[in-house]
Amino acid sequence: MEEVRLHYDVNAYDFTCAGEASGKLKRSLKNLGFNSAVIRNVAIAVYEAEINMVIHAEGGVIDAIITPDCITVILADHGPGIPDIELAMKEGYSTAPENVRALGFGAGMGLPNIKKYTDEMNIDTVIGVGTTITLKVYNK
Amino acid sequence: MTVKEIVEILEGKIIYGEDYLDREVYKACGSDMMSDVLAFVKEQAVLLTGLVNPQVVRTAEMMDIQCIVFVRGKSPDMGIIDLAEEREIVLIKTDLEMFTSCGRLYSHGLRGGSGE
Ligand SMILES: Nc1ncnc2c1ncn2[C@@H]1O[C@H](COP(=O)(O)OP(=O)(O)OP(=O)(O)O)[C@@H](O)[C@H]1O
Ligand SMILES: [Mg+2]
Repeated sequence: MEEVRLHYDVNAYDFTCAGEASGKLKRSLKNLGFNSAVIRNVAIAVYEAEINMVIHAEGGVIDAIITPDCITVILADHGPGIPDIELAMKEGYSTAPENVRALGFGAGMGLPNIKKYTDEMNIDTVIGVGTTITLKVYNK
Repeated sequence: MTVKEIVEILEGKIIYGEDYLDREVYKACGSDMMSDVLAFVKEQAVLLTGLVNPQVVRTAEMMDIQCIVFVRGKSPDMGIIDLAEEREIVLIKTDLEMFTSCGRLYSHGLRGGSGE
């Protein structure tokens, strides 16, 4: 397998479609022949980050770089940024408003979940400019 | 436990997945918060939830969950059913509330992620 690059746009304020990109990426990884545990780890982490893009930022773009050894996914948005990353990473910390909780999100578990299911996770954020999350899952 | 047994125990109704009555589930989780569900992977699990929106199906998709039970008599709309159909995820509804649904499945031997 050569390097495969995939790109997805994530729409803002389209809650119904949130998760569409993660689902497509999951199916592509399946077609490329990765094992189900690796695929699931990527899918869950990217889904959490995609949902965050929709509910906390104004949508964004997702780029996946896939090699036989490693799946790298870069999720970039132009949302408000994260003022305190350490705080945001805490289980249970959420700024989600009541209407987002009613949709089943805002438990404050998304970023901790991304950390849990990936081998590497990096958050690059600038207040008022946006947030880029880079995650890596090794193929094992 | 099979999908068929779940339907019987919960006095439920299959909304999608008549073809998968023999599908086996070994674990269960119940929550209305999707990130709580996403925190714990369980092989061949059933998801019980009071939440009814497309993200329930998408959460199940990411987790490889093959059966969803909507509790408290809630019904998914066609958009949700179509999404589940494309992913071959069984949808069941029951009038029982969350606590009772979980309790019944537990007393029939189904367990959560920790196995307790
Ligand atoms: N892309 C983002 N842009 C701006 N803020 C973000 C972004 N992602 C996360 N945050 C901030 O970090 C907090 C924690 O995120 P996390 O995903 O852990 O929890 P949540 O999204 O609030 O709830 P859950 O993920 O459990 O549904 C969010 O409430 C929000 O304040
Ligand atoms: Mg989140």
